[in-house]
Amino acid sequence: MPRRALRLGVAGPVGTGKSSLIATVCRNMAAELEIGVVTNDIYTDEDARFLRASGVLSAARIRAVETGACPHTAIRDDITMNLIAVEDMERDVGPLDLVLVESGGDNLTATFSPGLVDAQVFVLDVAGGGDVVRKGGPGIARADLLAVNKVDLAPYVDVDVDRMVAEGAAARGGAPVLALSRHRPETVDELCAWIRRLAGDHAAGRHTPTDPGAPAHHHHAHVRAT
Amino acid sequence: MTARAALLLFADGRLPAGGYAHSGGLEESVRTGRVRDAQSLESFLEGRARTVGLVLAAFAARSCRAARDPDPLPELEVLDAELDARTPSPAQRETSRQLGRQLHRLLTGMAHHPLLERLPRAPHQPLVLGAACGLYGLRPLDAALAALHESVTGPAVAAVRLMSIDPFRTHAALARIAPSLDRLAERALEHCDGSPHDMPAAAAPLLDVVAEVHATRSERLFAS
Ligand SMILES: Nc1nc2c(ncn2[C@@H]2O[C@H](COP(=O)(O)OP(=O)(O)O)[C@@H](O)[C@H]2O)c(=O)[nH]1
Ligand SMILES: [Mg+2]
Repeated sequence: MPRRALRLGVAGPVGTGKSSLIATVCRNMAAELEIGVVTNDIYTDEDARFLRASGVLSAARIRAVETGACPHTAIRDDITMNLIAVEDMERDVGPLDLVLVESGGDNLTATFSPGLVDAQVFVLDVAGGGDVVRKGGPGIARADLLAVNKVDLAPYVDVDVDRMVAEGAAARGGAPVLALSRHRPETVDELCAWIRRLAGDHAAGRHTPTDPGAPAHHHHAHVRAT
Repeated sequence: MTARAALLLFADGRLPAGGYAHSGGLEESVRTGRVRDAQSLESFLEGRARTVGLVLAAFAARSCRAARDPDPLPELEVLDAELDARTPSPAQRETSRQLGRQLHRLLTGMAHHPLLERLPRAPHQPLVLGAACGLYGLRPLDAALAALHESVTGPAVAAVRLMSIDPFRTHAALARIAPSLDRLAERALEHCDGSPHDMPAAAAPLLDVVAEVHATRSERLFAS
């Protein structure tokens, strides 16, 4: 099989920090990985413009998919536009190691199709409140990584981060949950380490994608977070 | 036995080839106030079918017929250039090729198709649609109908997001123009043979203008 980049989806509600997370990853990992980004916006190319303006990647490595106000469709039911965007970018500027695909972020239930990404991160933020984790959804329960973002803001919104993380871990049967803030370098390091490990596994053919959208057939409550 | 079920597959709005991101010029037409209620929407849809729709249907039907020839590629190439010549708006040419490419990506992802794999990278959408109909045993009339159906259902479905109209009224409009789609499909068939240079060129110049203006908008729900 020809070697292609690891495709990592970044999903989660609007405003939780998906674009910022992607910019942070690019800023911190561009020296070790060849990275490209595909954004999915509700209104034209806002996210792509934000990333271009942040200067973390060259413009050719940032592509926008226009989703006709249906961002959830573009990452799950009808992935053709995204697939073409990813394939075009790999052909034009490749070979790449990592392609980050940002979802348009319209609701809690949207997850990426296994035909589009190899793994996905679901992003929540503390400002949304601790309840969101308990309310759940396929992304929260079964994404490869749950990021609880903006933990620097926790004191201002009366959220107990440790508790939110613990409830996330419980809802996920122990699968990884990361407390994240771009203002806390040690949390950014953890995120980068997780991606580095995943990219390594993918390159070595050791990564087996799982689909959070599909119902879990058996519980992995005994599996410990790594 | 006549193939039929495959036609429903290709005409289904849920076909995962990215069509849902387009409004066929409706978004800009609503913005400028030309389409504002059920009546003007129906006129828009019927006008679209009689002009752009008829042209797309003729190209789809002819591509369907060509797909059954021993070597369809030379004719498809001529048809591609002829359709370019009938699409004055660069934005619309781009949209048509993008949709063609997406349908092509879907079809080649579904199955191995030696003909489709030899097509150039981004053919116009009705050529891919027509060729696909041919490959799945459908007739040129089916391809024409599919093209016409798509030319009006895309904008009609987009309408419920762009204007204050309920989905019963949009579908009532579609049902009322259905007989005229049947007639237009028959007319499209007349162009399956003869010189490809004589393909129809019915135009809706305002749709071309609208496509160009829409492409410059920085805020829009639909890609076209
Ligand atoms: N305090 C704080 N704000 C953040 C953090 N990450 C993102 N933001 C802010 O959250 C807002 C939404 O971020 P954005 O990345 O656009 O969210 P998206 O809609 O999920 O892509 C912006 O104002 C960001 O500056 C963080 O770690 N801490
Ligand atoms: Mg964003």
